[in-house]
Amino acid sequence: MSHGLDFNAMREGQPAQAVDPRTPRECLRIEDLCLFYGEKQALHNVNMSIPEKRVTAFIGPSGCGKSTLLRCFNRLNELIEHVRITGTVKLMGENIFDPSVNIANLRRRVGMVFQKPNPFPKSIYENVAYGLRIQGIKNRRVLDRAVEKALRGAALWDEVRDRVHDSALGLSGGQQQRLVIARAIAIEPEVLLLDEPASALDPLSTLKIEELIYELKQNYTIVIVTHNMQQAARVSDYTAFMYMGNLIEFGETKQLFTTPKHKQTEDYITGRYG
Amino acid sequence: MRASFNRWVGSGSPWVWITAGAVSLSLVMVFGLLILIAANGLAHFWPARVALIEHQLPDAAPERVLGEIVDRETVAAARVRDAGGQVPADATVVERLLIKVGNRDIGGSDFRWFAAPEIATTTYPPDAVVIERDEWGNLYGYVKGLREAGEPVAGDWQTELVTRLERRHALHETIERIQKDEIGAVNYALERLRLRERAKSTGEEDVAAEKARLEAAYEELTTTLAARVAEIERDSLLFVTAAGDEREVPLAKVVRVYAPNAMPVTRKIAHYGTKLWEFVADEPREANTEGGVFPAIFGTVLMVIIMSIVVTPFGVIAAVYLREYARPGPVTSAIRIAVNNLAGVPSVVYGVFGFGFFVYFVGGSIDQAFFADKLPTPTFGTPGLLWSSLTLALLTVPVVIVATEEGLTRIPRAIREGSLALGATKAETLWRTVLPMATPAMMTGLILAVARAAGEVAPLMMVGVVKLAPALPLDGNFPYLHLDRKFMHLGFHIYDVGFQSPNVEAARPLVYSTALLLVIIIMSLNLAAIRIRNRLREKYNGAET
Repeated sequence: MSHGLDFNAMREGQPAQAVDPRTPRECLRIEDLCLFYGEKQALHNVNMSIPEKRVTAFIGPSGCGKSTLLRCFNRLNELIEHVRITGTVKLMGENIFDPSVNIANLRRRVGMVFQKPNPFPKSIYENVAYGLRIQGIKNRRVLDRAVEKALRGAALWDEVRDRVHDSALGLSGGQQQRLVIARAIAIEPEVLLLDEPASALDPLSTLKIEELIYELKQNYTIVIVTHNMQQAARVSDYTAFMYMGNLIEFGETKQLFTTPKHKQTEDYITGRYG
Repeated sequence: MRASFNRWVGSGSPWVWITAGAVSLSLVMVFGLLILIAANGLAHFWPARVALIEHQLPDAAPERVLGEIVDRETVAAARVRDAGGQVPADATVVERLLIKVGNRDIGGSDFRWFAAPEIATTTYPPDAVVIERDEWGNLYGYVKGLREAGEPVAGDWQTELVTRLERRHALHETIERIQKDEIGAVNYALERLRLRERAKSTGEEDVAAEKARLEAAYEELTTTLAARVAEIERDSLLFVTAAGDEREVPLAKVVRVYAPNAMPVTRKIAHYGTKLWEFVADEPREANTEGGVFPAIFGTVLMVIIMSIVVTPFGVIAAVYLREYARPGPVTSAIRIAVNNLAGVPSVVYGVFGFGFFVYFVGGSIDQAFFADKLPTPTFGTPGLLWSSLTLALLTVPVVIVATEEGLTRIPRAIREGSLALGATKAETLWRTVLPMATPAMMTGLILAVARAAGEVAPLMMVGVVKLAPALPLDGNFPYLHLDRKFMHLGFHIYDVGFQSPNVEAARPLVYSTALLLVIIIMSLNLAAIRIRNRLREKYNGAET
């Protein structure tokens, strides 16, 4: 199944509801991507194109492969034994599976936030500075500035400015998740992968994260996996619906939720299964 | 009846009783053991009263004996009769007393058994004194006076004795210092010079000049030493035994003189404190049956520390490889099982291995390579502190590996992925996040290792522990820490004092004291490690949930 997305064609169809008057550039291009866990195939020939500086949401029932697909973009799947991947993912035109690609460099360009907040057992400051220290930055001034910028970017600065050297484990769940986002944006990636970032949080914290996502898309390409269809409808510009390892439908969020082209998509968003 | 029993079983309370009973039984045994050791070990230092016993055999003149009543026991009368004791004909059992009579150089033995019926009277004369000596054990008797250079000293002997004993102690300390430290240092330098001479690494004149200088220093020291020895031998103490013999003992040999029967409780407590301190801080005397166990404490602690320094990094690195880098599979599993089984190999096997591998092979090779000019006297090719520490490190490395591996397994995957997703390599993730979070587990491994190593004796007997080490492994001569030296160990000391001592009765209380000390030291080492672990846990707590 091929779902190459033609942005211009889409705009022509509904010019009044265009997300951006300018044509968004293509950030990630996925071609014929298949993934196998041993003998079991988890992704079937996925083809799609993710636009730059937009929010793209992956929805679908549990086990449909949306997280697996997300984790292909920073090659985190390769940590698991017996995983085999075919096809290509191109980041700004460059195949990330190419043997010459440095995985650490790739992961600096493609940041990730996980389902459960996973701060390191260090201070708030050291959590945010972690990625920079890995890059060998030791200058205190540079680090201070970067940490403050990242915390402001993640809308956490005002809450923690007086205790950045306290343990990050003392923060609330929602604060921890924003800290993890700050940690990810401190190294200024191009793409931010969010794997169900709000599913472990209360409604108020969820709202804050969603506002934050809206802010962040000014500067980052965001790919978000979510179980929550309302959330996908609220935060994303484009939505992909996946089912059983197949990409069923991919399009502008408004269009996908109002006039889905496929029966399966319609069944899912109207709650007939999933 | 049956129904109610079944209901009782069904309610689960039998399990509570059985499990709680098992715990109580363990507690009773552990505390019973500790109390037994503590009571026997600590009572030894209390100044016991000196009894004057009139020992009356039917067809002999009464014999007067001074001494401490150490033990009483009831035995079959026949046994006493066979041993030549006088027992009433109708008695089947008889009580007998063990008296520490001291005066070994006069009477021949320190301890004597007396059957109770033979004892006519028992009194506690207030003027009876105990004279504690450097060697030959205690003397029991009455002080008659003091002599200075053979002439009687006028005045009150008690005040004179105090000042003269102080003088004696000061001189004794000087002599010890000259003998051990100063002459020891000159000898050490001379030995090094001799080796340099043999190796022909320096010019002949240099060696000769240095040698002359050292020999002059040696001469000077021996002259001072002789003068001090003459000074210390000036005074002597005159005393009478219970039997009435008058004897003279040089004050140079006397450690302290006290009259326990006339001592008020406060003085006894002070005396107790001094003796206890002497036990912990002094060197052993009299084939380890008197004095202290400081070299053994020092040796035990130093060996455990060196072992910890070796075993922790080694075990942690091995665990990191097994858990993080080795590909999971049958080979890794086999290695893991083998490592776990190594923890169960009897320690004496490690001793034999350590002796063969470390002492003969490694030590012998080191001697060939670096200390060839000293041969045939071995330097590292003989049992010593280093080989003991390494053997124990080998013995305990499985414990550290297993504990560290468990700690590494418990680090959540989310933390590792979080670090990797920020562009850290696997090694960076390990160093910056995973290993610090696993430190509490490493400490657990170290705690178990220390607990096991500090109590081991069997392997040490082959790789470096001795009954009496001439010098501590740490001193003022370069290179300060002498890993090649033999050392003393509390565990071995217990064995030696308890089973190898020529004077069993005198040594027995020391077995308890030393055992108590060993338990206390292992407990302190463990408590220190546990405190560190708890701090680390607090620091990383919350991330593991």
